[in-house]
Amino acid sequence: MSDHYTLRVNGADYEVRDSWPGESLLDVLRDRLGLLGTKGACEQGECGSCSVLIDGGLVCACLVMAASAQGQAITTVEGLAPDGAPSDVQRAFVETGAVQCGFCTPGLIMAVHALLDGDSRPPGHSDTDGLSESAVREALAGNLCRCTGYGRILEAVERVVVERRR
Amino acid sequence: MTVLDAPSGVRAGTLGDSVLRPDGDAKTQGTFEFSSDLTADGCLFGGTLRSPHPYARILSIDLSGAWQTPGVQAVITADDVPGRRTYGLIVADQPVFATDIVRYVGEPIAAVAADDPETCRRALAAIHVEYEVLTPLLDPEAALDPATALIHPDGNVISSQPVLHGDGNATGDVVVEGTYEIGMQDQAFLGLEAALAVPDPGGRSLEVYVATQWMHEDRRQMADCLGLDPEAIRLVLGGVGGAFGAREDISLQIHTSLLALRLGRPVRMAYDRAESFLGHVHRHPATIWMRHHATADGQLVKVESRMVFDGGAYASTSEAVLLNAVTQAAGPYRCPNAVIEGHAVRTNHLPCGAMRGFGVVQACFAHESQMDKLALACDLDPWEIRLRNAMRTGDRTLTGQVVQNVAPVEECLRETAALPLPDEPVGGQLRADGSTDVMKLPGGAGRTTTTSEVVRGIGWGVSIKNLMYSAGFDDYATARCRLGDGVATLKFATVEVGQGFVTLAGQIARSVLGVDEVVLGRIDTQIGSAGSTSASRQTWMSGGAVAAACRAVRDRLFLHVAEQHGVDPEGLVIDGTDVLDNATGWRIGVADASAGVDIDETVEYHHPATEPLDENGQGDCHVGFVFVAHRAVVDVDPELGLVKVVQLATAQDVGRALNPLSITGQIEGGIAQGLGLAVMEEIVQTDGVIRNGNFTDYLLPTFLDMPDVVATLIEQPDPLAPLGAKGVGEPPTISSTPAIVAAIRDAMRQVDGVGRPLDRVPVRPADICLPATTATAESAS
Repeated sequence: MSDHYTLRVNGADYEVRDSWPGESLLDVLRDRLGLLGTKGACEQGECGSCSVLIDGGLVCACLVMAASAQGQAITTVEGLAPDGAPSDVQRAFVETGAVQCGFCTPGLIMAVHALLDGDSRPPGHSDTDGLSESAVREALAGNLCRCTGYGRILEAVERVVVERRR
Repeated sequence: MTVLDAPSGVRAGTLGDSVLRPDGDAKTQGTFEFSSDLTADGCLFGGTLRSPHPYARILSIDLSGAWQTPGVQAVITADDVPGRRTYGLIVADQPVFATDIVRYVGEPIAAVAADDPETCRRALAAIHVEYEVLTPLLDPEAALDPATALIHPDGNVISSQPVLHGDGNATGDVVVEGTYEIGMQDQAFLGLEAALAVPDPGGRSLEVYVATQWMHEDRRQMADCLGLDPEAIRLVLGGVGGAFGAREDISLQIHTSLLALRLGRPVRMAYDRAESFLGHVHRHPATIWMRHHATADGQLVKVESRMVFDGGAYASTSEAVLLNAVTQAAGPYRCPNAVIEGHAVRTNHLPCGAMRGFGVVQACFAHESQMDKLALACDLDPWEIRLRNAMRTGDRTLTGQVVQNVAPVEECLRETAALPLPDEPVGGQLRADGSTDVMKLPGGAGRTTTTSEVVRGIGWGVSIKNLMYSAGFDDYATARCRLGDGVATLKFATVEVGQGFVTLAGQIARSVLGVDEVVLGRIDTQIGSAGSTSASRQTWMSGGAVAAACRAVRDRLFLHVAEQHGVDPEGLVIDGTDVLDNATGWRIGVADASAGVDIDETVEYHHPATEPLDENGQGDCHVGFVFVAHRAVVDVDPELGLVKVVQLATAQDVGRALNPLSITGQIEGGIAQGLGLAVMEEIVQTDGVIRNGNFTDYLLPTFLDMPDVVATLIEQPDPLAPLGAKGVGEPPTISSTPAIVAAIRDAMRQVDGVGRPLDRVPVRPADICLPATTATAESAS
C-alpha cells in the first residue's frame, strides 16, 4: 500500500497521509481530516455516535478501516448543511427538543437520513400501510441516546415524514 | 407524549414558553465543540496507567521503559505532585497517583505525555509495576466489622447515620419486611471524559478546558494538588456530553494539568469507554432491609430500616448519598415513627458517588416495594395505600423537618391515575396483514415469545427528592447581568450538561429584565461559583441568581430613566425592546435609555440555611422537596423472564413549568435511566474486577426498550422557589424503577397467584422465570 491515499468526503477529495493500515475511518475523519462532527463514544459499534454514510449506506465509522473506503462516497454530518442551511432532519431535531447534550445527535441525524432519504412512506400503523413507529424504533436502535429517552427524537422523525409528504 | 403548548399570553422567549436550545443548530450540525474535540498547537496526548488489582501493595515502579519510548515527553507519578497528593469532594482521601497501595481496579499509578496517542499507549504498556497482591475487602458487611483489617487510613466505615424519630417502640397491626438489593449503575454519558490543559509561559498558571459539573469545586481540588492558588487556574467549560453525576468528582483534571505544567506545553487527555468505566464514580450498590408497621387500614405507623451502601475504595460523596437515603427512607408519606441506621462503607470495589437521584433511588426501590407488600397485607390497592399516606405541606419528614414546599403527592397520584392506559392489546396491535409486530413483544426481534404467552402487569412508584445540597452546606450560585446597547449579557459558571440552563437563562432575562436580546458569556471561573449542576438545583439556584441579577439591572435602569426623563420608576416596564411607562404610554428604546451608563450587576443567590443532623438524625437538613408518581405497564414472558415495558405514565410536581419542552426531555430521559436500572443496567464485578466495562456488555436502553411516556405536569408554583419552579431532573429516574418492578410482580402474580419477590434490581430473567418457591428460597438463603 502506498503511504497515502484519497478519501472522498462530502464531495471533496482529502489526501490521507501517514495513516497506519488498520486505522479506523472514525479516527481518520477526526484526527487526520479535522472533521470533528462525527463522534466516538464506544469504539465497538454499539452506540452509533460515529454513524456516517458510505455510498448512502449507514455504517459505524469506528468499525470501518479508513483505507477500505477509498473510491466510495463518504457523507458525514458536515456534509448535510454545507452552506449552514440545516437539513429538514437537523431542523426537526432542534424544533422538537430531540437535542440535549447533543453528543449522540450527529450520529442520529445520519441514521435518520439513512432511514428516510428515498423512503416516501407516510407515517403508518404498520409497515404495510406506511412507516410504522416500530420500524422507526428498530431502524434507530443502533444509536444510543442517554439524555432524551428517545421520545422527542421519535417526534422529530415523525415531523420530517409528515413534512416530506406535503 | 404530547408536549404542552405554552399558556396563551406568554411572550415568546420568556418563562413558560418552550424556547428552543440556543446550541441546537451547532449540535445538529456537528460544529458544537465538546471537550473531546478540543486541541491546541503543539498539543501532546496524555494517558494514565491504572491498577489491574483491586487491592495490592506496590513494591516497585520501573518507568525506564516509558522514558525510552521515542516520542515520550513526560512520565509522572505521585512524586511529581507538587501539592497535596490526595483529593476528594468531601474528604481528600483519594490519591492523585497511588504510592504504596492500590485499592481498586483502575486506580491511577502514573501518567505519560507523548507526541501521539499510540506512542502514549505503548509507553504506558512499558511501565513495569511490581505488586504484592493482597486479599481484597469486597463484602460491605465485613467492612462494618471492627475486626476487619483497615484498607485505608481513614477506616473502613465512611459514614454512619441513624435516624430516630418519634416512638421507636411503636408497633402496627400489620407488619411487612423485606431486604432489597440495588446493583451498581453507570451514568454512561456518551461524551467521554476529556480535558485540554494549556499552561501559561512560566508554568505557574494555566487554562484548563474540561467537561465537568462544578467548575469552582474542580478548581479548588486542582489547586490543592497542583500547589497553586485557585486564581492561577482558569477553568473553562469544554462542551459536556452528558453528566448524570459522573462528572462531579475529579477524573483527569489533575493529571492533565500536571503534565502540561511539567512540560510547559498544551496536553490533552481523553478516556475511551473502558477507561471511563474505571475513571468515574458510579451509583452505590446497596442492601436495604426495611420493616413497615401500619394500622389495619394501611396508615403508616413506623418504618425501620438498616441500609448498607458500598462506597467502593474512596469516599467521594458517600456521606451525602447516605444522608439522602436515610432521611427519605419512608418516601413521600407521613410516618410518625422511624428507627433507621445507615452505613456507607469502604471496599475494594470501584468508587461510588453521585448519580441522578443520589441515594434516594436506592431507598425508593426499598420503600416502594414495601408499600406494595403493605397493600397486599392490608388488602388495599397499591394506589389507594399510597394515597392514604400521601405527604402534604406541613407534614414532618423522618428528621422532624416540616415540609414547607408545596407537596402535591395526592395530585401526582390522582393525575397519574387519570392518564390513559395503553390502548394497545397485550403483545401490540396486529399488522394490517394480521401478523404480530414482534418488536412489541418481550424478546423483540429474537422472536422468542408469542402473544398468547404474554402477561401484562401494572405497578406504581412514588417518590420524594430533596432539592439542593443539605446539612448546612451553602451551595450558593452567582450570576452577572450587564446591559449595553439594548442587549442583556449574562455571565455565570453554571455548567450546561445538556439539561438546558443555557435556554432557561435567556428566558429568565426576557421575563425578569424584559429585554428580548440576550447574550450568554463563556462558562468559566471568571465569576463566582454557581455550585454544581446536580441535585436538581440549577433552575432554583442559578435561576434565582440570574433572576436577581436581572432584577438589579432593571431597577437601576428604571431609576436612571426616572431621573433623566422625570417619570415614575414604579410604573415602568420593559416590553422586549422599549422601556414603557404604563400610565402614560411614554416609551424609550432600551438602548437609548441606558446610553452612557454602565449597568452591570453581579448577585449571589443563597438558599435558606439548613442544619446538620443531630446525634439522632433529627434536624432541618434539607432545603426543599419535589415529588412525582409513576405508573408502569409491562408485558412479561413468564417462561423466559423477558420484559417489555409498554408504557410509563407520570405526573410530576414541577412548581411552575418554565420550559415545558425542556421538562418533557428531562422526564422522558430520566425515566429511561430508571428503566435501565429496573431491567438492564448493572456493572458486574467479580473478585473486584469489572466484567462488563463496555457498551457491548453494559446494557443501555435503546429506542426499542423505551416505551411511550405519558405525562402531566403538576403546576403549583412554590412560594419558596425564586421562580416558583422546582428542579425536574432527578424525580423521573427515582420512582420509575420500582414502578416497573412492581408491574413485573403484578404480572407474575397473575401467572401462578404466588408472585416473585423481585427484591433486587436490575431484575434478571432468572429472577422472573424460575419457580416462585425457588426464587424465594434463594433470596432467603
